[in-house]
Amino acid sequence: MSETVIKCESVYKIFGENAKKMLEEANGNVDAKTFQEKGCIVGVNNASFEVAKGEMLVVMGLSGSGKSTLLRCISRLTDATGGKIFIEGQDLLELNNKELIDLRRNKMGMVFQSFALLPHKTVVENIAFPLQIKGTNTEDSISRAMEMVKLVGLDGRENYFPRELSGGQQQRVGIARSLAVEPDIWFLDEPFSALDPLIRKEMQDEFLRLQEKLQKTIMFITHDFDEALKLADRIAIMKDGIIEQLDTPANIVLNPATEYVRKFTEEVPREKVLVIEDVMDTSSKDNLGDLKVSKDEIIENVAEKILTQEKIVGVVDSNNNVVGSIKPSKIIDTVFGGRKDSN
Amino acid sequence: MEYLKKYPKLFQWLFLLAVFFGLCFAIDVPETYKFIRGQAEFIKDPNQSVYFFLGKEVRYYAFDVFWRLPPLLGWLPIWINDSLFFLMNEWLPMEFWNEDTQEFKTRPLLLQISRNLTSFMTFLIELIREILLGGLNTIVAFSSWDWIDANPWAELPGLPWTIVAAGATILSYKLSGKGLALFAGLTMIYISIFGQWKPSMQTLSFILVAAPLSFIFGLGLGIAAYKSKRVEKALYPILLVMQTMPQYAVLVPALVLFGVGDHAAVIITMVVAVPPMILLTILGLRAIPPEVIEAGRMSGCTNWQLMLKVLIPTARRDILIGVNQVIMVCFSMAVISAFIGAKGLGFNLLLALNQLNIGLALEAGLCISLIAILLDKMSLAWANKQTDYFGNLTFFQRNKNVIFFAASFVIGIILAYVGTFIFKGSFNYLFEIPHNKGISTADFWNKGVDWIFDTFFIYIKAFNTWLIQDVLQPMRALYLRMPAVATLVLAVGAGYLIGGIRSALVVCALTLFIALSPWWDRALVTLYMATFGVVISCLIGFTVGTLCFQNKKSAAFMLGICDIFQTFPSFVYLIPVMMLFGITDTSVLIAVVVYATIPATRYTIEGLRSVPVGLHEAATMSGVNKFQRLTKIEFPLAFPHMMLGLNQTIVFALFMVIIGAFIGTEDLGQYILKALSDKNGAGIGLTLGICVAFIGLIFDNLIRTWVNQRKKHLGIS
Repeated sequence: MSETVIKCESVYKIFGENAKKMLEEANGNVDAKTFQEKGCIVGVNNASFEVAKGEMLVVMGLSGSGKSTLLRCISRLTDATGGKIFIEGQDLLELNNKELIDLRRNKMGMVFQSFALLPHKTVVENIAFPLQIKGTNTEDSISRAMEMVKLVGLDGRENYFPRELSGGQQQRVGIARSLAVEPDIWFLDEPFSALDPLIRKEMQDEFLRLQEKLQKTIMFITHDFDEALKLADRIAIMKDGIIEQLDTPANIVLNPATEYVRKFTEEVPREKVLVIEDVMDTSSKDNLGDLKVSKDEIIENVAEKILTQEKIVGVVDSNNNVVGSIKPSKIIDTVFGGRKDSN
Repeated sequence: MEYLKKYPKLFQWLFLLAVFFGLCFAIDVPETYKFIRGQAEFIKDPNQSVYFFLGKEVRYYAFDVFWRLPPLLGWLPIWINDSLFFLMNEWLPMEFWNEDTQEFKTRPLLLQISRNLTSFMTFLIELIREILLGGLNTIVAFSSWDWIDANPWAELPGLPWTIVAAGATILSYKLSGKGLALFAGLTMIYISIFGQWKPSMQTLSFILVAAPLSFIFGLGLGIAAYKSKRVEKALYPILLVMQTMPQYAVLVPALVLFGVGDHAAVIITMVVAVPPMILLTILGLRAIPPEVIEAGRMSGCTNWQLMLKVLIPTARRDILIGVNQVIMVCFSMAVISAFIGAKGLGFNLLLALNQLNIGLALEAGLCISLIAILLDKMSLAWANKQTDYFGNLTFFQRNKNVIFFAASFVIGIILAYVGTFIFKGSFNYLFEIPHNKGISTADFWNKGVDWIFDTFFIYIKAFNTWLIQDVLQPMRALYLRMPAVATLVLAVGAGYLIGGIRSALVVCALTLFIALSPWWDRALVTLYMATFGVVISCLIGFTVGTLCFQNKKSAAFMLGICDIFQTFPSFVYLIPVMMLFGITDTSVLIAVVVYATIPATRYTIEGLRSVPVGLHEAATMSGVNKFQRLTKIEFPLAFPHMMLGLNQTIVFALFMVIIGAFIGTEDLGQYILKALSDKNGAGIGLTLGICVAFIGLIFDNLIRTWVNQRKKHLGIS
């Protein structure tokens, strides 16, 4: 689980003519404003992080925050101006064209905001496309594509053209296409942003179901904080190309590192994000009542049960060992406390 | 004053017009001036002025500089001629091995290149022609005459028409289905039984070489321009000029470079057909959403795969319009290049028109148009074809088209063989129906024309006389009455008011080129005819377009008609008008109007269609009626696109005016036509072509600049 798949070391992406030279002169101290005066735009500013195997890192930021640029640096759709990026220990920026193509054909899959389906190919042809590019013969690639069609629940529509599908269905095709070559690393660039709220929720659930089954290493880009909270193992919040905070959803909600991050967390219903483990008291395990709750429960789901107790509620782990306790008043604190702070 | 402050542009325009008319009235017509016909030929005339340029004598009628600028560019055609001659006959002589004489021969490089290119083209055309019609040149190319004499069986017999017809039908069925198959079959049968088989196949062999080559070159150069800014910058001015250059004008220099015949025609056709293909390729590739390209990259495409499997198919829509244009130009050129000795339907058409045999011309023209539509539809169907992966087909089902073709091949040969017994001593109708032995409706049409002429002679004549005497002549006189300086001021002023100093300079340069050439008067005549055509076309086109737009079905129907009409080679339009109005300016102008109405109508409908639905609804909710919606919402928003239509209308009108020279007009076209039969015509032809192109470009520049500003203003760019 802890094996590192993606590793970034102070990655910079600066757009403009003398970007490389200016970056060297800046000596690691990049200021977006001074760069802009000289005609350069800073896309990604000193990004360092690691993504472990099977982990889902969600990069959250508003438009123009550089989150898509960061993703494109890691997939090398654009070349980073400075820093190092390692994919499974390989230095990405050192790869030649052939090795890069090889890496993309076998290890990477990517889903796009506007779906980016090929308009002249049917659903099944679109999904089979990366396989055919790889050189798989028609019969094998089509039968594999049909498996993917079933996986994303589009059976019966395999001969439709993208223009004949709804947005949600098109994105299912995009997802199926990105998974067709069984990549280890999965990039998703605001995959659900162009969809209706209802469809979006449905797709998010579907996505979680898929991930449970597939256990890919994922970088997921979104501008929707709720979406980030719902999906992420860890969240990176970006602003003006800088990663403001990179932490688990609970930590971000409980301990926002900067003012900017805190603004996002203000409106977040904590009971929907935090699990019992985040708020339990590990020091006292005495005087427990009859009710035991699992430490992995989301607060919202057990709040009612706990609040109706008069005694302290015990918290147990998956082996039913008591690992801590929680008072009903703590629940009230968690649900209402955060908002009091902000006022 | 209030009013002028509110509309400063209006004030500026009024001022410009005032200056223009002031100049017009201030500058008198010189007494010696009359519309001079012989100026370009530099006849020796004591009244002419002379100047020397690089030792070359240029003669011209001298007038007041305000009235007509001296033709300081008069040396240009001569210089072009000399340079061409030098390049072809003297530049870089090299030793080349000659197969026939078995020795080295000294030849200028360009001549050698031209000869090699020529023989390659000839070989391609001959190959296809001999498959369709039979012959032995291709085989000789690989063996020798001696071998052919010894083995007479080796001569290609040519396919019986039944097989070609069956092949076209089966191919159409495979590509598109029953409808197209029926159309293909009927077209082929029509061609055959009307005795047009041989010329049709000659034209077809020409097209089957010219169209794919143009497509490949256009696509290739388009991709190159898409990939490299530098290539695009180098190509762009050439493309711009070629877009508005009349096809006639290219014929003459090509005549010098490549000689006479089908091969030269193919090369010229490529010169004309490649530019629109390039432009549309660039346009299509530029419009691809960046995410699609990224998706291709992330799928692990190499650069080649990305281009072939992602970029080109995604840009398919625009590229297909390019293919349509290529086919259109090819057929148009198939007719025009008959002037330089291309065989086929075009030659027959010109011959028939020359003999005023309208019936024959009509039949040939119909053949060309039918083949053009067929090829257009087939290429479209081919590009949209879909593969079926799931049908569990038997061997027969999968290969039924091949089997059917093989069967019809055998049947065709048997029929042709049987034919030799049935039609003993006469022509074998089951093999090929000769040109003059088919059914011909020519007599019917000719009689019909005669009848129309007899019956309506008075009305037609009256209309003709009225149009020429009361409209055209005064209009021409007005145009010729403009002093050169006044015209220049008007053009430059318009350029400045529309696009600022940049546009003014461009327009100034273009206008000066024409004004300083020896053909300013002719250019004015061309302009007057084009103006007349454009005004009427726009009136009709905008009206028809607006009316058709009111109903979805009629709009789609009208666009379909525009498609079909656009596929007709431009020359075909001359046939019916000559039927009715004979050889007069009226004929030319009516052809111009019909031809130029196509883009006017199409762009009107497309423009109105592009108005966002949301605005319609907003307008409806504000309680406008249909008419108010049209005038207040739809027209203002669709106007920029309609102006692009005007731009196309001008180009179409100019083309047709130039082609109209074939009927006999006095404009630039007439001189281009003359240059064709002049051994020193290349320079004149090219310069005239550039003049016409520049007229088009002046309007193109003004309209485009205005449209772009307007679109930015409306936020719909």
